Amino acid sequence: MIEFKLPSLGADMDEGKLLEWKVAPGDAVKKGQVVAIVDTSKAAVDVEIWSEGTVVELLVAPGETIPVGTVLATLLEAGETPKTAATRTAPTPAPPRPGPVTRAGGEAVTSGRRRISPAARKHAEELGVDIASLTGTGPEGAVTLADVEQAAAAGAAKTVAAPDRSAEMRRAIAAAMSRSKREIPHYYLSEPIPMRRALDWLARANAARPVTERLLPAVLLLKAVALATREVAEMNGLYRDGIFEPAAAAHIGVAISLRQGGLSAPAIHDVGEKSLEQLMRDLTDLVRRTRAGSLRSSEMSDPTLTVTNLGEQGVAAVYGVIYPPQVALVGFGRIGEQPWAENGALTVMPVVTASLAADHRVSDGHRGALFLAAIRELLQRPEDL
Amino acid sequence: MKTSYREAIRQAMREALAADARVFLMGEDVGRYGGTYACSKGLLDEFGPERIRDTPLSELGFVGAGIGAALGGMRPIVEVMTVNFSLLALDPIVNTAAALRHMSGGQFPVPLVVRMATGAGRQLAAQHSHSLENWYAHVPGIRVLAPATVSDARGMLAPALADPDPVVIFEHAQLYNQEGELPEDWRCDICRAAVRREGGDISLITYGGSLPKTLEAAEWLAAEGIAAEVVDLRVLRPLDTATIAATVGRTHRAVIVDEGWRSGSLAAEVMARILENCFFDLDAPVARVCSEEVPIPYAKHLEEAALPQVPKIVAAARGVLGK
Repeated sequence: MIEFKLPSLGADMDEGKLLEWKVAPGDAVKKGQVVAIVDTSKAAVDVEIWSEGTVVELLVAPGETIPVGTVLATLLEAGETPKTAATRTAPTPAPPRPGPVTRAGGEAVTSGRRRISPAARKHAEELGVDIASLTGTGPEGAVTLADVEQAAAAGAAKTVAAPDRSAEMRRAIAAAMSRSKREIPHYYLSEPIPMRRALDWLARANAARPVTERLLPAVLLLKAVALATREVAEMNGLYRDGIFEPAAAAHIGVAISLRQGGLSAPAIHDVGEKSLEQLMRDLTDLVRRTRAGSLRSSEMSDPTLTVTNLGEQGVAAVYGVIYPPQVALVGFGRIGEQPWAENGALTVMPVVTASLAADHRVSDGHRGALFLAAIRELLQRPEDL
Repeated sequence: MKTSYREAIRQAMREALAADARVFLMGEDVGRYGGTYACSKGLLDEFGPERIRDTPLSELGFVGAGIGAALGGMRPIVEVMTVNFSLLALDPIVNTAAALRHMSGGQFPVPLVVRMATGAGRQLAAQHSHSLENWYAHVPGIRVLAPATVSDARGMLAPALADPDPVVIFEHAQLYNQEGELPEDWRCDICRAAVRREGGDISLITYGGSLPKTLEAAEWLAAEGIAAEVVDLRVLRPLDTATIAATVGRTHRAVIVDEGWRSGSLAAEVMARILENCFFDLDAPVARVCSEEVPIPYAKHLEEAALPQVPKIVAAARGVLGK
C-alpha cells in the first residue's frame, strides 16, 4: 500500500488547501502525473505523484486545509490486491471520516466530500465561521446549521478573514526569509563580468531567428550558472538537518515577480542539460504559468539553487537572501556599458555584476569565488553554452 | 358543525345541482345505488334521473360523453369508481379534454369535473387500490385536486365547476369515513397548498389520504420535542411551489409523504422543486416516504406494510434530523 502524502512545495509551506482531485478511486496513476490541485499561499499548484499504482481511496476532501505530510490518498502497487495490502500494512488509524451512507433507496453512496449541508455552508460563510473546523452532529456526521450557529455563538470557531492572497504571500515570504536570515550564515561576493563576447554571439545567433524564437541574455546567464555548479558542487543542493546534500542536477529556481506583488521561484529542471532554445521556451512558459498561478508541485519543491535577475529593473547588483534549504543564490544586475581597462588600454565594455549569496555552513569564500569565476569564464565562451 | 368527508362531498354536489341547471352527475352506480362510496345517496330522489344518471360500465364511453356535454354547454360531474378504472378514460381526458381548448385557440373550453376515488387501505387488492394522481398531475391542460379535509371536500367542487378547464378531483377511499369540523366558511381556492400544522424543525409535505397519517406523525414527533410543519399540497397541478419553498426555507428539512410509488412520483417532483428553489436552505438531504414498489397486496398485513404509515414517517423525519 502506497500512501500519497501532501508534499512540501517550498520552505514557506506548512499546510495546503486541497482544491481538486484529478483522479478517482480505481484510477491507475503514472509517475509524474498530476493527481490533485493544492492551494498554497502562493499559487494553486498541480501536485504530481512519484509512485505508480492504482488509487484505492481519497482520504481528504476538496476544501480541506491539511498540514504537509498528511496522507491524501492510498494506492495499491502493481500486483497488490486490497487483501494483500491489508495484511502487509500495519493498521494505521485513519482520520475520522464519514462512512458510506445508505440512503433510503438502499443504494450505498460513498463520497469523498465532507458532509456539510448547503444551508450550513452558506450560513458559515455569512458568519465567517471556518466550517472545516466544525464537528458535524447531523445525519452521517454532517455539519448542520445548528453546528454552525453553535460554533458562532460559542465564538470557538476560527473566523476566516476574507482570503487576502497578497497578505498571505507576504506572510509566507516573511517566514521563509526570516528563517533564512536566522539560520543561514550568509556570505556575499560579487564579480563584474564582461559581456561583449556573449552579447555579440547572441546578436549573431538571433539575427537568423524569427522574433518569437530570439534568445534573451537571461538564458545564457542561467545556463552558465548551471554549468558552473559542475565545477563547484557546494553551491547546488539542499542543507537539511545539519547535512548538505549536493544535488545531482541543477534545477535552477528562477525568481519571478508576480503582478499582484510578491514573488515565486519555481524551478527549471536540468538546466545544465538543456539547449539554450529549450531553456528559452521553458523560461517563457514558466513565467507565464507562474503569473497565471498554475505551477506543478515539482517545480515548487525541486529548486536546488536560485537565480535572481533584477537587471531589467536597472539595479547594478543584487545581494539576495538564500531560500532555505538551498545553500546559494546568484544575482545579476543590469547589463550596462562601463569604462573597462584591458591590456593596458581603456575601453567601453558591456558588463553585468554577478553576485553570490552563499551558505557559510556549506562553503567558504574561496569556493564561492571559484564559482563566480567559473560563471565569468563560461560567459566568455557563449558558443559552448 | 361536525360532518363526514362523504357527507361534505354530497352536500357540495347537492348545492351545485341546486344552484346551476347545467350541472348533472353521471357515473357507475351513482343513481339507484347511491354511489359506490355513497356520496350521491338521495340525490336521485331529489334531482331525478335526468340529472343523476347511472352509466354502463364503460369509462371510455361515459367520460367521453361528459366531455361532449361540457363542450355543449353543460357542467357535468363525472364520477369514476377508482383511479385504476380511469385508465380506460385516459384517452378522452388527456387527448381531448386537456387539449381541446389549447388546440382550438381558446374556442372550446371543456368545463368538466371528474371525481374519482384513489388509494389503498381497504383490502381491495391491486386493481382497486393504486394511487395514480401523478399520472394526471403530469398533464398540462387539466387541474388536479386532492381534498384531504372535510372543508376542502365541501369547498373544492364549486371552483372546480367554475374552472374553464377540466378538473380531476381525487378522493382517497380512506377519507370518506373521516369526520371533522366543517368551518362556517368552507369556501376555498383551488390554487394554493395549505399549512395544516406549523413547526420550525422539519416540513412534512403530503396530500390526500396521507394527510391524516402525516398529522399523526407530527403529533408523535412533537412528543419527542420535534416541531414538524405539515403542508397539504391540495392542488397537485399546478403545484404551489411558493408554499413548498417557503416552508423549507423556514425549516431547512423536508420529508415528502406520498402514497404513490417512489419512482417518477409526485414526491420526486416536489423534491426536484425543493432542490431547484431551496438548495442553499437545505440542512439535510430531503427524504420521502412512498408506497413500496409492488402492486398493492390484498392481504391486510402486506397491504399495511406496503403503504406509508405513521412509524415510517416518524422514522424518516428522525433520520433527516440525525436523531
